[in-house]
Amino acid sequence: MNYEEILSKTVQRIPPSGIRKFFDIVSEMKDAISLGVGEPDFVTPWNICESAIYSLEKGQTHYTSNWGTPQLRRAIADYLQTRFSLRYDPMKEIIVTVGASEGVDLALRALINPGDEVLVPDPSYVSYAPCIALAGGVAVPVETDARRSFRLGPEELRRALTPRTKALILSYPNNPTGAVMEREDLERLAQVLQDTNVMVISDEIYAELCYTQQPHVSFATLPGMWERTITLNGFSKAFAMTGWRMGYLCAPAALAAGICKIHQYTILCAPSQGQAAALEALISGKENNYASIERMRSTYDRRRRLLVKAFREMGLECFEPLGAFYVFPCIQSLGMSSEAFCEQLLYEEKVAVVPGTAFGASGEGFIRCSYATATDKVQEAAQRIARFVERHRR
Amino acid sequence: MSLSQLEMGVLDILCEDARTTPERMAAMLGCTSEQAALAVKRLEEEGVIVGYPALINWDKTSRENVKAIIEVRVTPQRDMGFDAIAERIYRFEEVKAVYLMSGAYDLLLEVQANSMKRLASFVSQRLATIEHVLSTATHFVLKKYKVDGVIMEETNSDERLAVSP
Repeated sequence: MNYEEILSKTVQRIPPSGIRKFFDIVSEMKDAISLGVGEPDFVTPWNICESAIYSLEKGQTHYTSNWGTPQLRRAIADYLQTRFSLRYDPMKEIIVTVGASEGVDLALRALINPGDEVLVPDPSYVSYAPCIALAGGVAVPVETDARRSFRLGPEELRRALTPRTKALILSYPNNPTGAVMEREDLERLAQVLQDTNVMVISDEIYAELCYTQQPHVSFATLPGMWERTITLNGFSKAFAMTGWRMGYLCAPAALAAGICKIHQYTILCAPSQGQAAALEALISGKENNYASIERMRSTYDRRRRLLVKAFREMGLECFEPLGAFYVFPCIQSLGMSSEAFCEQLLYEEKVAVVPGTAFGASGEGFIRCSYATATDKVQEAAQRIARFVERHRR
Repeated sequence: MSLSQLEMGVLDILCEDARTTPERMAAMLGCTSEQAALAVKRLEEEGVIVGYPALINWDKTSRENVKAIIEVRVTPQRDMGFDAIAERIYRFEEVKAVYLMSGAYDLLLEVQANSMKRLASFVSQRLATIEHVLSTATHFVLKKYKVDGVIMEETNSDERLAVSP
């Protein structure tokens, strides 16, 4: 059978992942240091793991409500209100999802009619464009650049709007660039959007990892924006729980009810052990005033400064990334493509980083370096990259 | 004493790795290396940083090493409380730590010697004979799993995928 032909045209058109190749090489390599990892190096705190074990012992192995357990939804509502001044009704406006990734898919499928356009800041996380395509929409990249610290500007947004524009994805703090959008930046976007019917899908999975003076601003807290915003978040980054696949989607009640239809018929509910663990994460977080999040953030912040300084000392342009755990230096001065840089660096110095192009065309000339790795390894990797850059400088 | 944000940052870093140079601390904290060095100096002078010993797993060396945790009941003394008797005890080289405890006994000691015999003789000859010491209960340490927040035989396993989006 010709399976290539059997696969749907949409699936055939989705390009293969831009990082797979590097993964395959690194996996075979000894002594390689990887700055290519998109998840925390912290392990899930033991009290969280323990409560999942306890939930199994108690026999909590059944389906929960489609929306997630009421206790967890109430804890999420309380957390969002405390940390980000977000107001969502835990009974009607919050759906517990399988990672924020499911939230992305749900939001897009719930909104898109065939041919609808969805604006995606470029570069951005790898799954937005494929999910838009799978939902029958058209992903429209909106270029962002290093000169403006990869923040999305109102002019670029206005130029990208067409009568077919259905939604805008905002993903700040951003993977891969580490860019953030501060209140004024978001207000400028809100001004452009206020006279349109464009919805906003705000993926705030890195919200706790902001190194700005002011904490992260949720788009839905801007005047008039709550009604048009679907807020996505999860436990992966804030509580080092990537493998648990626990996230949540928040939206106005009528919208959430529609979105939950997709969730209930495809997923039914998020895993019950994960929900028990997530509940413990929020309860213990609140009890210690989110001290472990703060500690984690300080550690990331120190590594971030180390890495930015190291790149600047190599003579590479590197804008200051104020969020997530990525540094996104420019390697154009070496006259190599991002992909060539990453491949040669891996073979010559055994350091894995990810080409910016894996996250969209605007990523050409940049590499994504994750500092979610032990400090001494970050330091060692920086020394190896410096050696490589010195050798290839023209 | 109230510490500045910089000083707290220095403590966090040194707590993780006491060998961190002022230059690296400066890069991590966004200050100059002079400022970092000055902060360290001040913290040392104020007695906030008391020492920089390495954490050693002696079980991996050929040096004989016996450690015991000893519960001690004592009679407190007028005007001195437990301080005088604690001092009598912590001056011994074998005594690595002394804590005043609430509960069934008063002082908790961590004692180390290079043989079981020497440790036993320390307890019977030195410790138990001190005036005001009422009783002792010695528990020998069989194996150390975690010391001062550091897991002794951590299997260095990064289970994460080497590259992920």
